[in-house]
Amino acid sequence: MPEGRRIIIFLFFLLIGLIFIGKMFYLQMFDSSYEKAADNNAIRKIIQVPFRGEVYDRFGKLIVYNTPVYDLYITPRKAIVKDTNRFCALFGITKGRFDTLTKEAWAYSRVKPSLFLKHLSKEDFAKIQDALVDYPGFSISTTAFRTYQSKALSNALGYVAEINTNSLSDQKDDYYRQGDYVGISGLEAFYEEALRGQRGVKYRMVNSNGVEKGEYRHGDLDVSSVAGQNLFTSVDIRLQEYADSLMMHKVGSVVAIEPSTGEILSMVSAPSYDPSLLAGRNFSKYYQILALDPLKPLINRPPSAYYRPGSTFKIVQALVGLQLGILTPGSVFTHAGAPVKCHVHNTSHNDLHNAIQWSCNPYFYHAFRKILYDNTQGDTFERSAQGLQRWSELVANFGFGRKLGVDLGNEKKGNLPDVEYYNKVYKGENTWKFSNIYSLSIGEGELVVSPLKMANFAAIIANKGWYIPPHLVKGVGEKKTIDPFYKTPVSVGIDAKHFNVVHEGMRDAVLQGTVGREGKIPDIVMCGKTGTSQNQKGKDHSVFIAFAPKDNPKIAIAVFVENAGFGGFAAAPIASLIIEKYLKGRVDRKDIETKFMNMSYLANVTYNRRIVKKDSLKR
Amino acid sequence: MSQESNQIGKLDWISVGLYALFVLLGWMSIYSAVYNPEAPLWIFDEAFYTSNAGRQLIWIGTSLVLIMLIFALDFRFFESFAVFIYAAFILALIAVPFLGVTINGSHSWFKLGGITIQPAEFAKTATALLLAKYLNDPQVNLTKWMNQWRSALIIALPMVLIIGSNETGSALVFASFIILLYREGLPGEYPGLLIALIVLFVSSLLLSPLTIFISLLVLASLFVIILPIYQRRLPQTYIRIAGVIAIVMSLSTIVDWVVNHILKEHQRNRIKVLLDPSFDTRGLGYQVTQSKIAIGSGGFWGKGYLGGTQTKFDFVPEQSTDFIFCTIGEEFGFVGVMSVIVLFLYFLWRLLYLADQQRSRFARAYGFGVVGILFFHFLVNIGMTIGLMPIMGIPLPFFSYGGSSLWSFTILLFIFLKLDAHRSDMLSR
Repeated sequence: MPEGRRIIIFLFFLLIGLIFIGKMFYLQMFDSSYEKAADNNAIRKIIQVPFRGEVYDRFGKLIVYNTPVYDLYITPRKAIVKDTNRFCALFGITKGRFDTLTKEAWAYSRVKPSLFLKHLSKEDFAKIQDALVDYPGFSISTTAFRTYQSKALSNALGYVAEINTNSLSDQKDDYYRQGDYVGISGLEAFYEEALRGQRGVKYRMVNSNGVEKGEYRHGDLDVSSVAGQNLFTSVDIRLQEYADSLMMHKVGSVVAIEPSTGEILSMVSAPSYDPSLLAGRNFSKYYQILALDPLKPLINRPPSAYYRPGSTFKIVQALVGLQLGILTPGSVFTHAGAPVKCHVHNTSHNDLHNAIQWSCNPYFYHAFRKILYDNTQGDTFERSAQGLQRWSELVANFGFGRKLGVDLGNEKKGNLPDVEYYNKVYKGENTWKFSNIYSLSIGEGELVVSPLKMANFAAIIANKGWYIPPHLVKGVGEKKTIDPFYKTPVSVGIDAKHFNVVHEGMRDAVLQGTVGREGKIPDIVMCGKTGTSQNQKGKDHSVFIAFAPKDNPKIAIAVFVENAGFGGFAAAPIASLIIEKYLKGRVDRKDIETKFMNMSYLANVTYNRRIVKKDSLKR
Repeated sequence: MSQESNQIGKLDWISVGLYALFVLLGWMSIYSAVYNPEAPLWIFDEAFYTSNAGRQLIWIGTSLVLIMLIFALDFRFFESFAVFIYAAFILALIAVPFLGVTINGSHSWFKLGGITIQPAEFAKTATALLLAKYLNDPQVNLTKWMNQWRSALIIALPMVLIIGSNETGSALVFASFIILLYREGLPGEYPGLLIALIVLFVSSLLLSPLTIFISLLVLASLFVIILPIYQRRLPQTYIRIAGVIAIVMSLSTIVDWVVNHILKEHQRNRIKVLLDPSFDTRGLGYQVTQSKIAIGSGGFWGKGYLGGTQTKFDFVPEQSTDFIFCTIGEEFGFVGVMSVIVLFLYFLWRLLYLADQQRSRFARAYGFGVVGILFFHFLVNIGMTIGLMPIMGIPLPFFSYGGSSLWSFTILLFIFLKLDAHRSDMLSR
């Protein structure tokens, strides 16, 4: 029996040993959650967020930079606040708020720092900096807000905000974390990767009190941060501010381009907003207000707003007709036989020059008919289709109906109706003809363009047949790199010689045509074309495209003013002031400047506009 | 002189070797826990001796002195003076509430000059000696009621005194003498009943009364079906089953009541933590959670010696004393913990074997006492680091940091090895 009892005792020991080994096996070999928990305990990821790149104008003037703000963190286990009242007074919080924040921090972790107060300003920080020594367990972390030297470029710049949950889960490379800032719109979004730089990560071992205990794996996993790259834009910020001031109390757009480079000199979207509202700690509050504004100040109109080109499109008709050999500068059409009206002007010798100068509706009605029907075969339906086919191919070269490729995220295609389009609208081939689509002749009907497209069109005219894709940024980072796309000229397939008559016509339109007294600049040779864009509700939009000087043009411009009526009334004077400002650096016509700065067309503005299908023709 | 060399020759070197290995592994783990890669200390630095690893080195050195002292004494000393040794420690236990000092919240230490001693640690050895001496009397038969009572009294006296000074964990160690008594003739029903009570205790905490009742019914019907004996006299069987179920149910009700009304708050919480691993992992369950993380993150091969992050950076409280097993688990992985468990079981087996070789009942009984105490520490200490046992202040013998602990286990073990070396000189009675 004694020997037996020893065996029984030992078998019991063995059983316990086996249970232990089994449990160890489960803990160490089976359940991997303990490894993660251990890393979570002892390895601290220290993130270094580099400052976002700054933004400069074409002359190197700073537009956007960063202002550091300070976040106060609390490490509950180390935090000792003896005199809570004094602390609350110092940080400007209530006792209740203090208790809530402390409790939240405790719930998160005893030893890891959690956010206590967000976005303290430099002034707040200076106030508490010295006192912070008395409060162990509180630490400061620096982040930055976007700060703007100018309030004029907000829509094109876009804004930066905390990444939202959807973007966070949709991201491809898993770069962003909760609470990261990311460019939401405009240049901030388009150049996000360059602007943000590369976040640095350091892995440090920490003990249970959160005290650093050296590098993890000798720092092999560490990534040093790369500063954000600066953006060098092509915008002339002084011109931008001037154009912005002219667009006060109006809804509309201004786009000015340097024709020889495609660089956008100014891009105004009206109404706009103060960009600093969306860059501070009150982002949510102001975003709410701006997003609900019926005039939609957050939208960047130039690349995305839809308008009909109106009479400005007559220049396209002229150029296409000339290129096809259907029109010559000497082609003459009278008012007779056209369903479109015209206002009173000299029609004794109504040639192409005269028609452009006076924006003659009947002339372009007849011209477009000729463009469709000449050198085509079959009945009028078939001939219309053949004609429109060759017409739309040429017009597409100008960038109508497709994206130009500007460096902004919200560019819209617009609409250029072609044969396929009308077959769909009229439900079948050869079901429509010229008499159904003649409103295209004067830039109405189904045509849809954006202000950016029209400014680019003005640049094409100025260049006599080519353009470089319009862009806002001429260089990224130290080396000022740029996509070759923004350096390569694109031909529109119209011979340069055909532009002479257009230039002359547009020059006379300014001098003694549709433009009127207020659009004339005494000492600058400007060529321009007015347009009146029809819309379903409310008064017509005022449109004007122009370039100057006539020889060796330096600026091409498109101005859209919603519900301001005829193109010569509002858009032309505003465009002329911007051109004068740009070319001379000053404006001498103070009376006109003052008048248009104060002019408001908001009373006419109708909300929820839609594109008009039916049309009645006006200028 | 010849007797001296003889004695060394008869020393069980396997046990001594394992003892040395355990002490070394323990010291290495303590060193790892205090090791700072940015400012490593070595044994020649003065500052080293203010760290746990340095102090443990001093305890190890003094333990060697203790071993030599034990071997210098006559082997008959322990039997002859067992009563005095026991009495001395009982007096010490009585005196400690009045004369003792408080260390780590435990008012159970004596301060003698520069060193502190916890008499409870040594009382185990004293009890084992007296119990062995009592059983050495050939008249004593543990199947007899009277002798059972006297043995129980020897064990209970120090136990009660230790509970009185709030060291429930150390007091429970005395339950391990059931192994000694069982080997010396205590009927098997006693340890059987003890195990049954523990099972009942745990299950009445884990399961609802209804579940216990139903599982008892199922068990009973299985018994009746499988064993035909019970089918012959069915009425009696029913009465018996009803009786057993009634007793079990009332016991489990008592357990619930005891846990909720008699146990102190911290004891109740320790049981809650044991039963529910997700209970308050930041507070009361923190120790077990962190301990499991440390061991669990070790994987198969471990993170390498000095490579642990959990134990080194203080995530596991008491990591050098009660939770030293975490360091081994984290740095040496599954291979390490399995080796330690296997070696420890082999060590226990070796001691059991040696004990059964003794001619004197005194030496044999003492040997089983030693094995019981060592096993109990092994069971509770490793069990609590992996969440299988409630947390008690129970060190891992030879591994854990601490002078009192290392000294008391050294004395406990080497008295037995001394007796074993003189096995042939003893009279078999």
